Amino acid sequence: MQKETVIKLADLGKAPPFALSDAERHEIEEEIHHYPDSRAASIGALKIVQKHRGWVPDAAIPQIAKMIGSDAADLEGVATFYSLIFRQPVGRHVITVCDSISCHLTGYDELKTALEAKLGIRYGQTTADQRFTLLNICCLGACDRGPTMMIGDDLHGDVDPAGLDKILGAYS
Amino acid sequence: MSKISAETHPLTCTIDAARGPLDLKGYEKANGYAGLRKAVKDFKPQEVQQRVKDANLRGRGGAGFPTGIKWSLVPMGPDAGAKYLVCNADEMEPGTFKDRLLMEQAPHLMVESMITAAYAIGACTGYIFLRGEYVVAANALNKALAEARAAGLLGKNILGTGWDYDCFVHTGAGRYICGEETALINSLEGRRANTRAKPPFPQISGLWGRPTVVNNVETLCNIPSIVLNGGDWFKGLSQGKTKDGGTKLYGCSGRANKPGCWELPFGTTTREILEVHAGGMKGGKKLKAWLPGGASTDFLMPEHLDLPMDFDTISRAGSRMGTGLITVVAEDQSMVSAVRNLEEFFARESCGWCTPCRDGLPWSVRLLRAIENGEGRPGDIEKLMTLTKQLGPGRTFCAHAPGAMEPLQSAIKYFRPEFEAGIRAGTAKAAVQA
Repeated sequence: MQKETVIKLADLGKAPPFALSDAERHEIEEEIHHYPDSRAASIGALKIVQKHRGWVPDAAIPQIAKMIGSDAADLEGVATFYSLIFRQPVGRHVITVCDSISCHLTGYDELKTALEAKLGIRYGQTTADQRFTLLNICCLGACDRGPTMMIGDDLHGDVDPAGLDKILGAYS
Repeated sequence: MSKISAETHPLTCTIDAARGPLDLKGYEKANGYAGLRKAVKDFKPQEVQQRVKDANLRGRGGAGFPTGIKWSLVPMGPDAGAKYLVCNADEMEPGTFKDRLLMEQAPHLMVESMITAAYAIGACTGYIFLRGEYVVAANALNKALAEARAAGLLGKNILGTGWDYDCFVHTGAGRYICGEETALINSLEGRRANTRAKPPFPQISGLWGRPTVVNNVETLCNIPSIVLNGGDWFKGLSQGKTKDGGTKLYGCSGRANKPGCWELPFGTTTREILEVHAGGMKGGKKLKAWLPGGASTDFLMPEHLDLPMDFDTISRAGSRMGTGLITVVAEDQSMVSAVRNLEEFFARESCGWCTPCRDGLPWSVRLLRAIENGEGRPGDIEKLMTLTKQLGPGRTFCAHAPGAMEPLQSAIKYFRPEFEAGIRAGTAKAAVQA
């Protein structure tokens, strides 16, 4: 027998119901145990959700807030303050290009130009195939290897714009 | 280069990048955790503090404040209640890449330091506030912490002392301002990283209103060997090059032949760092200017190369040693562009709390970009000079904007003609258009 789907008039136009997964909840609980005040797990919890979903949807905020004993407005303020919490969808791989002084002195401009040309996007944008999001970031603490960038969790140093195809090719 | 041993290179003697970090067994075999064991066996907490005071260890995060004095403000005794030790591992000062080395390659030294320092101040919990991008360091530290916990070096009744203590890695999510100790505390509590007014100092009221010590990675990593070998040994490490003791992780980045980071006697000259260790300037170019220790330090010139790199000497030369990792600019590179890059960084990383910083820094970027593009107008240099005063010490809530003004004021001082050229070009353009 086919299951009947009932759509209530009042629900039309509302976002689909959102729920944190069991894995997310479990990891957030673990994080909370490190602190005498659960609110200290704010950033950790946001990062856990981001790890699972790639970004932190608006609907996740009230639910995370409830778990850590904060309120949604406060957590929203935290979530929008930190540059590495993404509040809109990103590509499968996030490229963060160091634009600070040591890389500026060792070829940042050329690297930025080459990346933008190769990917056809600018900072803050995602490629149409959802493969890469391109962002600039402050000093990555690898100044002896400038110019530097990270792709996901991987650090790339002494990046030669001519070798970008090889580097990017490792990320599908 | 001199032979590397625990006696001469207490920070890096166990590091072998090709081999990777030592596990607990390997680290203990290399005399690891001997400092912690000696501390809890031979000394009361205050005696460890005294030993650090005797060594006159000065903070390696940039400010150079004596660590022992910092610790001595923490209330001690059985009624002191919960206290916290926080390691500032938010290394985000542009041009700085020393703490990464210690945490990735010597994680057990970091963990031993976090336990030994916590014993000295009687902390119940320690947090390593690590910047989110240091993924390799986070994995290495978490592995070392787990090994230490399993071996009874963390947890209940550590080494039979009756003292309970645990330590966790807390990773951040960006924002340079987290490196300021009170902003770091706010961030750790799960708030925006705005700075707090001082006093009260964190040692009195810090994390969750409890006494808290915030120390830099490199500072802490000196503690076990100071406990083990004493203050006189530590003072001797600088080989009389300067009155401060110890070694320092110095480094060089920018247009050098072999950029890198090395543990050298405190007070080594910049000339030695640049010419011997970093192999001199790339492509035979001349050195134009250098930042002594990060984006928030005044530029110095080639004539300052022979000064010993220590807090007081570099300060007398009109700058700050900061983190001690120099950034070198070559003769064919633009100072206006370099300063525009620095101020863009500071403008973006302002937390926005106070007006001079939030509005003044973007203004300086607009002026500098115009000058860089040959579109400056008469009076722009004077406006920038005014900003260096209005965003200077005492005018803002924290040290972010005053730090930002240091490279700007020194670049104008030493390279004014470069700024004037951008204004002359702008004036000529305007005349053509008119």
